[in-house]
Amino acid sequence: MLWGRPRTFFSRVVAGEFQTMTAGMTKNKAEIQTEILADVLHDRVGQVYGPGTGIDGLVRLSGGASRETWSFDALLPGGGRKPLILKRDPLDEQTDTQLIEGEVRLGVDRWTEGRLMQLAGEVGVPVPEVPFFLDADDRTSAGFVMQRLEGEALGRRILREDAYAEARPKLAFQCGEAAARLHGIAAENLPPLPVLPVAAALDYNRDVVDSFKQPHAGFEYAFHWLRERLELAGDRLGLVHGDYRNGNLLVDGQGLAGVLDWELGHLGNPLNDLGWICIRAWRYGYYDKPVGGFGEVAELLDGYEAGGGARVSLEALHFWEVFGCMRWGVICMTLAFTHISGRERSVEKVSIGRRAVEGEYDMLQLVD
Amino acid sequence: MPTDRPNTAELVEAVREFLSDHVAPNVEGQLAFHTRVAVNALAIVERTLAQGGAMDAAELVRLKDLLKQNGDLEELNAELSRAIRAGEMDDRKDALLAHLRQTAEDKIALANPRYLTKRG
Repeated sequence: MLWGRPRTFFSRVVAGEFQTMTAGMTKNKAEIQTEILADVLHDRVGQVYGPGTGIDGLVRLSGGASRETWSFDALLPGGGRKPLILKRDPLDEQTDTQLIEGEVRLGVDRWTEGRLMQLAGEVGVPVPEVPFFLDADDRTSAGFVMQRLEGEALGRRILREDAYAEARPKLAFQCGEAAARLHGIAAENLPPLPVLPVAAALDYNRDVVDSFKQPHAGFEYAFHWLRERLELAGDRLGLVHGDYRNGNLLVDGQGLAGVLDWELGHLGNPLNDLGWICIRAWRYGYYDKPVGGFGEVAELLDGYEAGGGARVSLEALHFWEVFGCMRWGVICMTLAFTHISGRERSVEKVSIGRRAVEGEYDMLQLVD
Repeated sequence: MPTDRPNTAELVEAVREFLSDHVAPNVEGQLAFHTRVAVNALAIVERTLAQGGAMDAAELVRLKDLLKQNGDLEELNAELSRAIRAGEMDDRKDALLAHLRQTAEDKIALANPRYLTKRG
């Protein structure tokens, strides 16, 4: 475990010990957890919005072993509602398997994630507001609460549905602009973050591949190619979103409404984000639009300059696209090995291992 | 491996058809998604049974040629990976890249052939 929190209460809930707590009624684990969370949130909205604030419509959005997300409304004492989302760490011991999923072992805690969103909002990045946090205690794991914005985050729908036809042509520019702003947040304002300069990021991925004990010539070529061209990456060190891509962007009819999922935020080379949003994995079939399946590289880089970023050379972007393809392949393998190692048996995870070659194949088209 | 019919490929095909024709239409949500994933995984197995042997043989020929040594696929891939990391393949870069690209293309042809029909 990366962060400590009291276990006893939850393990008893998980064991079903509390199923007969209420006289004459049997409640399942999920119902009990929902009731406890409703109490926690009721207390917190009272502190934040004033006594008499209620909550309504608490419902869990994400299932399975991922981080929990919940939707609810705060009912203000003077009338009116605040639509909110809670993102918190999983309660169950067994769901901690996700810590080694993908690159989550680089991931930040929920306080840091929420704090990064607040800081991004202050410099004009579209993000949901983060009005308050939950500390881990005997009733809940740690989490943060954010504004529930209208919009679509599923990459495929953003590219396909008519509702986003006007938004799509604007997105690449807007993504560049938002990236420049988040990259420009002064280091002294940032909370403590993992530090991962390009060479360390490369080592990290190579170590992950080594841990599989499965020599892989294609990825070795990527490591070698990147290692020989480190100077192309640039030596900037700043806030990196860490998963800046179509799929983590909330889009409404007008364009970019929110940048989501900040848990891989770290200090590194910011251009990493620009390469990542360009890899083919996020184009969902719209291959002629390199940026997220919706836009052109020139639009992304123009937006980056408009947002206050320096002009990005195509050579540097190319380096980070190669890096991104490699990284996508390594993430696919990592997911497969969570199944193979027995940490979490899943036909979905093991199957995604066969997508590693997509990153490898794309990388091999980009290198010389 | 038994060669009696049903052979391995026919069994895998039967399970894939069962999942796609009889299970998939009757489930929804997460279960429907995982059923599609399972159908795709079995399709990979079927393509591998049909084409994987020839691909392996061709890969082995390329590896022996590239490394100028004998061994099986596992040994030679381990050796190639080591040599790339050590910088020992730099003088054969074009041949190396041609080999890696062919190998990746073969793997995609098994894992997701549609990926090859569109360049992006």
